[in-house]
Amino acid sequence: MSERNLVSNLMSKNITTEPIRKGFGRGLLKAGQLDVNVVAACADLTESTQMHLFKEAFAERFVEIGVAEQNLVTVGSGLAAMGKIPFVSSYAAFSPGRNWEQIRTTICLNNQPVKIIGSHAGISVGPDGATHQMLEDIALMRVLPNMVVLAPGDSIEAEKMTIAMANDSRPNYMRLAREATPVFTTTKTPFEIGKAYVFEPGNDVTIVATGTMTYHALVAAEKLYKEGIDAEVIHVPTIKPLDVATILKSVRKSRAVVTAEEAQYTGGLGGTIAELLAEEIPVPLKRVGIIDRFGESGKPDELLKHFGLSTENIMLAAHIVHDKKLQN
Amino acid sequence: MKKLSLEQLELKATEIREDIIRMLENAGSGHSAGPLGLADIFTALYFDILKHDPQKPNWVDRDVLILSNGHCVPVRYAAMAHAGYFERKELQTLRQFGSRLQGHPERQKLPGVEHTSGPLGCGLSQACGMALAMRMDKQTHRWVYVVLGDGELDEGNVWEAAMLASKYKLNNIIGIIDRNNIQIDGPTEVVMPLEDLKAKWEAFGWHVIEVNGNDIESVIDACAMARAVVEKPVMLIAHTIPGMGVDFMEYDFHWHGMPPNHEQAKIALNELRTLKGKIRSEHE
Repeated sequence: MSERNLVSNLMSKNITTEPIRKGFGRGLLKAGQLDVNVVAACADLTESTQMHLFKEAFAERFVEIGVAEQNLVTVGSGLAAMGKIPFVSSYAAFSPGRNWEQIRTTICLNNQPVKIIGSHAGISVGPDGATHQMLEDIALMRVLPNMVVLAPGDSIEAEKMTIAMANDSRPNYMRLAREATPVFTTTKTPFEIGKAYVFEPGNDVTIVATGTMTYHALVAAEKLYKEGIDAEVIHVPTIKPLDVATILKSVRKSRAVVTAEEAQYTGGLGGTIAELLAEEIPVPLKRVGIIDRFGESGKPDELLKHFGLSTENIMLAAHIVHDKKLQN
Repeated sequence: MKKLSLEQLELKATEIREDIIRMLENAGSGHSAGPLGLADIFTALYFDILKHDPQKPNWVDRDVLILSNGHCVPVRYAAMAHAGYFERKELQTLRQFGSRLQGHPERQKLPGVEHTSGPLGCGLSQACGMALAMRMDKQTHRWVYVVLGDGELDEGNVWEAAMLASKYKLNNIIGIIDRNNIQIDGPTEVVMPLEDLKAKWEAFGWHVIEVNGNDIESVIDACAMARAVVEKPVMLIAHTIPGMGVDFMEYDFHWHGMPPNHEQAKIALNELRTLKGKIRSEHE
């Protein structure tokens, strides 16, 4: 495990867990300490999105917008126009869910380096139900020219990602999750915007995963090995721009692909990879994600299971594409 | 920039109107009524009110002008050309392929355009962001002017920004509503009534000044008064005549989104030329 710089107890039930958003909160505080131009604005969810650490340290650089997500991103655009690096946060269902056109015009077309933070994304939001379980954010942001789309795998990566975002001159979107999830990377795990990482080398199937699903992909790979499939796991924290070279290099070798994400796979990571493979290397593909439907209330674990986002779903998908490849 | 006399300013406004007519005729599409109605306000802004340098569009101490109702951009382009940001002949490239003069303004195309606009309701929010940034940087000598359409006030985003500016007492924002009473589907009071507009803005915590938006001197005076207001952002409700200066366009909402054809442009230019600086007196 040392080569990948991931944690050594990946398969342990006792692996440390922490909400990804906590890493964002720490990263924003650090980014604020590193650059006086880093500012923050929030739409009435300061503690929930973990912006309170920044607010407490830099009250004069924090703007409380109230429950007004359209205003949140357009104020962000104005701050950026004057040389600031604004991080603007809300729940992903509302930002970028509600304010897409403002993001399109005043941030992307205007090409301002606003950092949009969508917290509580994915089905694992749990009891709040479908209204708050944002599943379409990757698709919404991915079609916008100039926009960089990011989904960290755990809280440590979110922290690194936040600091990197402050140094990136483009509009960025980062999706965060509410619940505590396994911390499987370490401070030594590499991270750069625009890069995908082979976290587990293998030859038979390529599993391309983003966000919290990368952990499940790593567990699935470990179990698949015992079942005779040597899977390669590629972690894609940057969905756009996609690290095409790393993915194609793997697919040329494996010639079978599974994608995994906690979002609608139409237009999401699954859609991204399907588009790439259709043009470059058409090989068997199975996408694990939400399939054109809304979520519902429940516990995060039972929802992930019900909606087909478990380790077992990734394993099954790997078997399917592997079988298909052998039949061809 | 050397300040112009009132007579010179009124002449400049007429020249800007003539250019608007030529640009729109040449483009074959675009909005007529709003830009003509705003010509006096933009003349006042670019030739008296704004602190700016056409040779250095990114001058760090400049005032910022936001045109929130981006469809009225022909008046901004014309005023910018007359002020010296670029040559007047470029005005005739409006809305054409490869032009820096996009149908709706784009920041990355033309130096001096501070922001991209067109979809309505976003300008005041961007002004809030800019004003907040100026305050964080202790730039007390700079102002953010933002021109809004009256039909645009139907957008909820405007009122989100109105609350924020009031909360943070952004007295470095001066808003100017082009109160011309028309929008695409008809009179504003029929499409979606705005009155009592002054009371609305006052209720949102703004200092409101009503002004004749086709009287250059009044606009300049109102902005001077606005800059003296502390503790509150200021909104000018500038009453204007849509299509001002061209008889057959005035007050007619059909000219909101229509350009003049060759014949209409000829008549319009003739009217503007013969009236010159005396346009206003014809209607008072």
